[in-house]
Amino acid sequence: MTTTTPVLAGETVDEAPPRTAVGRVRKKLTSRTATTVSIVIALLWTVPTFGLLLSSFRPEDEIKTTGWWTFFTSPHLTLQNYDDVLFGRSSSSGQLALYFINSLVITIPSVLFPIAFAALAAYALSWINFRGRDWLYIVVFALQIVPLQMALVPLLSFFSRGVSLGGVTLMPAWDLDQEQKFIQVWFAHTCFALPFAIFLLHNFISQLPGELMEAARVDGAGHSKIFRSIVLPLITPALASLAIFQFLWVWNDLLVALIFSGGGRQTAPLTVRLADLAGTRGGEWQRLTAGAFVSIVIPLIVFLSLQRYFVRGLLTGSVKG
Amino acid sequence: MEFQDFAPKLTMLLYGVIAFVVVVGGLLLLLDVVPNFFARRREAALIAAAEAPADGAAPGAPPRRGLRRKREGLLGLAFMIPALLLLLIGLVIPAIRTIILSLFNGNGEKFVGLRNYGWIFQENDIIRVLINTLAWVILVPLLATSVGLLYAVMIDRARFESVAKSLIFLPMAISFVGAGIIWKFVYAYRGEGDQIGLLNWLWVTVGGTPQQWLLDPPLNTLLLIVVMVWIQAGFSMVILSAAIKAIPADIVEAARLDGVTPWQMFWRVTLPSIRPSLIVVVVTITIATLKVFDIVRTMTNGNYDTNVVALEMYNQAFRYQENGQGSALAVFLFILVIPIVIFQIRNLRRQREV
Amino acid sequence: MAVSTRPRQALVLATTLALALSAAACSGDSGDGDSTAGSSPECAAFDKYSGSDGTTVSIYSSIRDAEADLLEESWKSFEDCTGITIEYEGSGEFEAQLPVKVDGGNAPDIAFVPQPGLLKRFADAGKLKEASADTKAMAEANYPKEWLDYATVGGKFYGAPFGSNVKSFVWYSPKLFAEKGWKVPTTWDEMTALSDTIAAAGIKPWCAGIESGDATGWPATDWIEDVMLRDAGADVYDQWVNHTIPFNDPKVASAVDRVGKILKDPKYVNGGFGDVKSIATTSFQEGGTPILENKCTMYRMASFYANQWPEGTKVAEDGDVFAFYLPAVDPAKGKPVLGGGEFTVAFADRPEVQKVQTYLASGEAANTRAKLGNWVSANNKLEIANVGNPIDKLAVEILQDKSAVFRFDGSDLMPAAVGAGTFWKGMVDWINGKSTTEVLNQIENSWPK
Repeated sequence: MTTTTPVLAGETVDEAPPRTAVGRVRKKLTSRTATTVSIVIALLWTVPTFGLLLSSFRPEDEIKTTGWWTFFTSPHLTLQNYDDVLFGRSSSSGQLALYFINSLVITIPSVLFPIAFAALAAYALSWINFRGRDWLYIVVFALQIVPLQMALVPLLSFFSRGVSLGGVTLMPAWDLDQEQKFIQVWFAHTCFALPFAIFLLHNFISQLPGELMEAARVDGAGHSKIFRSIVLPLITPALASLAIFQFLWVWNDLLVALIFSGGGRQTAPLTVRLADLAGTRGGEWQRLTAGAFVSIVIPLIVFLSLQRYFVRGLLTGSVKG
Repeated sequence: MEFQDFAPKLTMLLYGVIAFVVVVGGLLLLLDVVPNFFARRREAALIAAAEAPADGAAPGAPPRRGLRRKREGLLGLAFMIPALLLLLIGLVIPAIRTIILSLFNGNGEKFVGLRNYGWIFQENDIIRVLINTLAWVILVPLLATSVGLLYAVMIDRARFESVAKSLIFLPMAISFVGAGIIWKFVYAYRGEGDQIGLLNWLWVTVGGTPQQWLLDPPLNTLLLIVVMVWIQAGFSMVILSAAIKAIPADIVEAARLDGVTPWQMFWRVTLPSIRPSLIVVVVTITIATLKVFDIVRTMTNGNYDTNVVALEMYNQAFRYQENGQGSALAVFLFILVIPIVIFQIRNLRRQREV
Repeated sequence: MAVSTRPRQALVLATTLALALSAAACSGDSGDGDSTAGSSPECAAFDKYSGSDGTTVSIYSSIRDAEADLLEESWKSFEDCTGITIEYEGSGEFEAQLPVKVDGGNAPDIAFVPQPGLLKRFADAGKLKEASADTKAMAEANYPKEWLDYATVGGKFYGAPFGSNVKSFVWYSPKLFAEKGWKVPTTWDEMTALSDTIAAAGIKPWCAGIESGDATGWPATDWIEDVMLRDAGADVYDQWVNHTIPFNDPKVASAVDRVGKILKDPKYVNGGFGDVKSIATTSFQEGGTPILENKCTMYRMASFYANQWPEGTKVAEDGDVFAFYLPAVDPAKGKPVLGGGEFTVAFADRPEVQKVQTYLASGEAANTRAKLGNWVSANNKLEIANVGNPIDKLAVEILQDKSAVFRFDGSDLMPAAVGAGTFWKGMVDWINGKSTTEVLNQIENSWPK
């Protein structure tokens, strides 16, 4: 078991200042071979994505007849594929912008809600002493495996039929229309995100030093106060990384969106639109590549710019497991 | 593109965020106010008791402790109520429904007992699916974790660390469908003319004849597993690399002074120190692997003997409307996770004891 | 679907303008509510659907993208004149999502179901609403009885067909045929002889592709069905589809082997792509394109393949590509035609839903849609003059031909576990080297008990 607190561990990410002893040791070990090999592997890891990116800018007939690496000997680039995917064909141009907004509207609350609820639950499971909490935690953990597909029908009927028990209506149907369908999508994403979110945050919160909590209790702080003023600030990195995880998941999701958003222009996210554009065109590599890249560019940007927090949060949560 | 098109959506978003603030803020407020209120009442009661010494001895320590534990329980429940409600509606009820459905026939009208479970082990096709799933669930965590670990150890001594790490971690941001398309392109085959797939191009360059990589088992399943490893290795690398960096300097220094070889250092110092992180990585990747279906669906659609349980479950329940068989496969998937759950229980016990 | 966007866009634009003008004419009169809706001459045709102003009907189908736009254009004037708003949604996941929506209590008002098997399943489960008397009368007046039978379950009629397609076509290059002096075959034997001639000339006569995302394998099942109709006859075909004879019956095996003589003969396939196995990984959209480069000469694919040719390809009897009718094995048994289409079934019985359903069964609906291009229907009110491209004309002629023995795509009639599952997968295995017996036994075993 390590002796550093998770928070301290978090701050050592991505920096190897030779100030500390360990830094000196590491510096000595920096070898030319290790550098070369790891860079080569990193490049190798990127080649498939790069090939896709490059291909998406090549003219249709070239994509279909020659490999993307021939680009370096005969460079031809075009924006036609993106034009087709983004603006082409059906209906008015610029439609993708509409879907883009939908994705955004879906994603933000779908990230906020599960994180807040999971943080509260993870705190209770770690630091509030009540009977059966370990079993509760195990059940929540095990729920991670419930296949999403199996939850679609019951959840959908929860919205469309409400809840009734033995003929008594406990909750009426929601009757959501048009933009209100976003509520369903948020609700569904929140449900499905909770088991993993609680698992991750529990790993982290339960590792916080007990002395901190004790000291606060002696000072007369209640659980709510401890949660707000001690736990929340300490787990910010974990929350950030969870937020990024959840963002990637919601943004890339197709199944939940298909069922709960209704598929129309008003509420369907980008993924639904792109699946429509690219889904049935087996051999149409020019559209597939451009479509795929459009779908990954946003998560990629978010991910690359927030990567630091992601890593920090994850590692602090798991260092002590 | 008019603003009017966006306005109702942005209003919804605003409502969503307001709802978030109200719900979470309100909950915290409630958790703050209610216990305080009770605390004050208790204080008042205590004072009252002190003022009336006659029955002051009666409400002694033991009952109050019981009360306190109960109050903790209530409070814990209050903290968990939103999560529990959502889990109940979104996952527990569906899970129970799935178990019930698995005992009925395709359209859920006739009780068939355990026939659907028998079916899993009767058809050659489904047995193939089980074998493939087993291959996935063994190979993906193993390969992804070891690649990630080796890379983490190596990167620890290399320059350009953060750039290299970002590149390895990049696939994590790509959806399974996106990754499927990327790799389908790598494996692409052309019977005539130039190859457009990277793998076939390399293969031809070294003197082979072009191959239809995704057609022949068991190679095709391995090639699909490569995709999952490609995605997950970054995840394990980042966590393990961070764990390695968190190994206390004095331990490393001491081992160094003892003159251990890098090999011994890895087995005796590094590995034991990062064991907890390793567990998290393996558990997370295993669960993700059991649920994977997008990759197979995008790349082969489960043809050529590459099918896995998660995809077959989707097909049975949705495409074929054989709800009973689909549900039985879902329950089977759940059973596959039980070892991990038991493992997690033991971990939790040990952790609580410390 | 991937091609000729520009001409079609122009077409859409033109029709939109025309419709917008007529719509303006409509709405100009309808000052207050439904009663006046029919007062303008443009709206006279929609008089019988009036009385539901301000209502909304939702339609869900697998038709999406450019085709969906044309569909929405086609009922624009209906909407404007009747005041009924049609909310349309198309999804590539239609078959999997519709049961989820229905079970979840969120069914659309109307769905275009292309599989009579699925239709029957919903009808048996009591989810579908029986079609109104109006709809039934309209459908009976406009569609052949054999089509209506597919939408009739337990004596109840659930909805009229709408769009259709003819699958018994073989695409070829008239130019190349003329150049080489080859004749379009009219019997199966002629076709085999022609294949040998072409193979001897150093060209692979056939090309094929059965990859189609998560529906991979269906083009091969169409091949088998088409040959079943020709080899064993329509009656045996029906028995096979209804499972009164087993899937691994010798008659089925004989039909599969007949297809195998073409699709599994390395001398015959797979022009432009590689060996026999490349059929499994070639998408059906790409499948026929080598015809343009004379790398193969024949490609069996439905009428809708007309939309797949690259921009600028002339689809005509004297053009770059055209299709001939897949010849009968024994012409004495009649002219078997394999086809498909979607049925407009309703999950609600509100008056406006029934009105839309009735309208969709009408000759107006079919002709309006056909005028927008790329569309075929078995509707006998459909005027051939309204059908744009020559292959669609040919398809309509075949559909309206009284001597044709029409049968619906068998895999759409079978239980989904077979028709959209093991049959597709089995065909992929078969192309990939498994024997006919092994594949047929496997499919037979998977038939739901």
